[in-house]
Amino acid sequence: MTESAFALPAIVLVTVVTLVIGAYGVRFARTTSDFLVASRTVSPAWNASAISGEYLSAASFLGVAGLVMKYGADVLWYPVGFTAGYLAMLLYVAAPLRRSGAFTLPDFAEARLGSGRIRLLCAAFVVLIGWLYLVPQLQGAGLTLGTVTGAPYWLGAVVVGVVVTANVATGGMRSITFVQAFQYWLKLTALAVPAFFLLLVWQAGGTGSLTADDVPVFPAETTVDVQVDVTVSVLEPVSLVAVGVVDGAAVDGPLRWESGRHDIAQGAELRFPAGAPVPHADQLDAVGNNTWATPLGTGGGHPEFPLFATYSLILATFLGTMGLPHVLVRFYTNPDGRAARRTTLLVLALLGVFYLFPTVYGALGRLYTPQLLLTGQTDAAVLLLPGAAIGGLGGQLLGALVAAGAFAAFLSTSSGLLVSVAGVLSTDVVGRGSVAAFRGAAAVAGIVPLVLALQVVSLDVSVVVGLAFAVAASTFCPLLVLGIWWRGLTDVGAAAGLLAGGLLSIAAVLITVLGGARAGWLGVLLAQPAALTVPVAFAVMIVVSRLTAVRVPVDIGRIMVALHAPESLGVHRRPT
Amino acid sequence: MQTAVVVLALLLIAGLVAAAVGRRVQRRGFSTIDERVAFRALHTASQAAPPLRMGLTSASAGRSAKYLRELLGAPAIALTDEDGLLTWEGPGEHHAAPLVEAAQGPLHSGRPTVVNDLACGDPDCPVRGAVVVPIAVDERVAGTLIATTSQEPGTGLLRAATETARWVSTQLELAELDRSRAALAQAEVRALRAQISPHFIYNALTAIASFVRTDPERARELLLEFAEFTRYSFRSQGDFTTLAEELHNIERYLTLERARFGDRLQARLQVAPEVLPVAVPFLALQPLVENAVRHGLAGKTGVGTISIIALDAGAECHISVEDDGVGMDPDLLLGNDMATGAEADRDHMGLGNVNDRLRSVFGDDYGLVVETALGAGTKVSMRIPKFAAGVRAS
Repeated sequence: MTESAFALPAIVLVTVVTLVIGAYGVRFARTTSDFLVASRTVSPAWNASAISGEYLSAASFLGVAGLVMKYGADVLWYPVGFTAGYLAMLLYVAAPLRRSGAFTLPDFAEARLGSGRIRLLCAAFVVLIGWLYLVPQLQGAGLTLGTVTGAPYWLGAVVVGVVVTANVATGGMRSITFVQAFQYWLKLTALAVPAFFLLLVWQAGGTGSLTADDVPVFPAETTVDVQVDVTVSVLEPVSLVAVGVVDGAAVDGPLRWESGRHDIAQGAELRFPAGAPVPHADQLDAVGNNTWATPLGTGGGHPEFPLFATYSLILATFLGTMGLPHVLVRFYTNPDGRAARRTTLLVLALLGVFYLFPTVYGALGRLYTPQLLLTGQTDAAVLLLPGAAIGGLGGQLLGALVAAGAFAAFLSTSSGLLVSVAGVLSTDVVGRGSVAAFRGAAAVAGIVPLVLALQVVSLDVSVVVGLAFAVAASTFCPLLVLGIWWRGLTDVGAAAGLLAGGLLSIAAVLITVLGGARAGWLGVLLAQPAALTVPVAFAVMIVVSRLTAVRVPVDIGRIMVALHAPESLGVHRRPT
Repeated sequence: MQTAVVVLALLLIAGLVAAAVGRRVQRRGFSTIDERVAFRALHTASQAAPPLRMGLTSASAGRSAKYLRELLGAPAIALTDEDGLLTWEGPGEHHAAPLVEAAQGPLHSGRPTVVNDLACGDPDCPVRGAVVVPIAVDERVAGTLIATTSQEPGTGLLRAATETARWVSTQLELAELDRSRAALAQAEVRALRAQISPHFIYNALTAIASFVRTDPERARELLLEFAEFTRYSFRSQGDFTTLAEELHNIERYLTLERARFGDRLQARLQVAPEVLPVAVPFLALQPLVENAVRHGLAGKTGVGTISIIALDAGAECHISVEDDGVGMDPDLLLGNDMATGAEADRDHMGLGNVNDRLRSVFGDDYGLVVETALGAGTKVSMRIPKFAAGVRAS
């Protein structure tokens, strides 16, 4: 792997700057004797940048490109869905949620349904979704540090996990709208600038078509170090020079592989000549370039049921965003419902721009870093591309920029998540939060995902994030949408729906994350559960609410008016 | 290893869910029949209680009637109030009209009635007779409980029905109590409604008067500020406002105070923009600033600085108002606490009032914290949760 001398300093710099701004930024930026300055609210533009900054996680920065490189056209739904989630939010949730006065999802449940038990249930799901979302962030950190410095996978995960947990526990990451806003622009720059250079290189090289060859080929003579045992399938016969244990026999010299499967043991070194077709890691279901570029060709890893997998993914990402704990708390910063809508609209624009770039990396990855298809670690494509395609000092500098951007992504997203999870843990589980309770909660909230992250090395970052979206879409989306738009929702109905959707989707996630892939319908249902669990959650919520109609809150009319009437009408005043 | 993690994760989820839903564990295995009978009767009664605690309406009657019928072991029961039938639970509803007629007696006299001749054409109808017992709430008959029987109504049924009616009465009286307690709490909040100090009005008007001749333009501006300040402070609607609004009002207040103190009064603000939309009790901050102005400048020469700090602390907002004045003797402050009522120094009235309001709105954990010592200035801080049920800025 390429190791850049500049990458490590860049990562350290980004980390230190983030921590320092987080700890002292407010003191410098907001100390004034002018009341006008002090009472200036966060504008929708700043807030939208902050939401985008916190939202663009390892999954967006590394994972989307990795998936595009593997699966092609079908996984374009990931970036589309990650963005369009805000469209669903804009249409159905943003303004009424802000008007409810809720800071967290449990707050909303309590305000709308008037029940303390449903509050606890929501808190439990917030914690679970938060953890599920934290795991891929730490995974990405391990991968990045490993790729740029050669450190073992666990080290990066532990470093980021400990730094973020300690920082949150000591109160460093609180008033951070401006830090997060800065992070968005940093991430955009870190991804966009190298992307332009990559496109220039591609153009200079004759704008080679992605589908010119039937399968990806090595652009130059390439040496691959195999770091974990891997089975590859060879699509077209290939000649190589191998040192190490291949197919159970020690080899040191030239070799020719016919089509079929070959086992490579850890520590082997393979050298392929320029123009050789790339063998694919077995779990990738090797695809030719044409299948890769065709919609419904790969189904994002489920070639048997591409349509179902795609719709399930669309449902999870479109409806899951509104249920993510760290997204919601940022909306509280908006002064009113109108500002909440404007913010959401701007977020759509900012994310739309950002997600153009991972696609570029994913596509060019097939041309310039095809060896990742052999090792299966396509999540590293973004990190390796600048060095591989551009090379020299420029490539190293751009590589460092990308690595720094990736670290900014882990830091901002995991801090935001951890603050939300620890906040919910300390208020709802430990009891009305003191500072000590919050610290303890932050430690617990940080350690659990770290332990999980060390278990799931082999899964794609974006796939794990997609599962977190599926759980959010199966629990909080029905709660929010029905709670805001249907008078008939009762606390019992909401609890039943949350449990039905939540337990089904979490079971699917756990089996996928820890038990590995399965074949057939069961496999696709477990890996992309949303198309089943979201309708189930909605149906259970509606049916059980109908059956317990007597439990509709007595003041439902007042609650609904408060959610939907613009603040300027003044109907929010309580009778005195 | 992986299996262990799966098992751990599943256990964790099961635990969280169980804790959240609060699974009721029904104990089995009573050692005597008496225990079981007592348990069953009390358990049925406790299930009937929550709806009754909402008062006697057709909705609450409908939800508790099922359990009352189980308690009495009657084929059907009914509840009525002064206006007629509230609910009929069980078969034979065609008897409702004559029984409601018969309930008029107990409603007025307050004494139970036995109804015997309820024969009807339907051979399957289990209702042959009934007793009507009054339900009294605060020595007034609020309704009746009608218990039917398939036999001749006897003393046993009458006594059981009377006891049940008495139990229902107790629940309704508790409901009444709940209501008056809620009303009391609301009245208390209203009585604690923030007031601006008469001292301040007097001082502000005197200061303005001193400018009328020397600087009429300034006097006019100050009067307008004063008008705005009073309009905000005397507004009649809403118990809560946003921190941003409250800061606006403090700005007006400090402008007026500066007319008196000139440049001796300095303010320093550090407000996290995230907490500006937080809902705070109306005029919760102004008394703190007033207190700081008094202690930060009184008995001191030179410049006094007031710092207002609002920090974002996750699910809460931490606000503190600090002055660098002469400070207070903590003992004096404690002695002047609201507990001693009449002796309370006017200076601290405002603080005591804010303290009481914060605690009555957010709970006892959310009182004011005062840190002070002679010569070391004073710092008053409060915590405001970003969300509390029923708290909305208006």
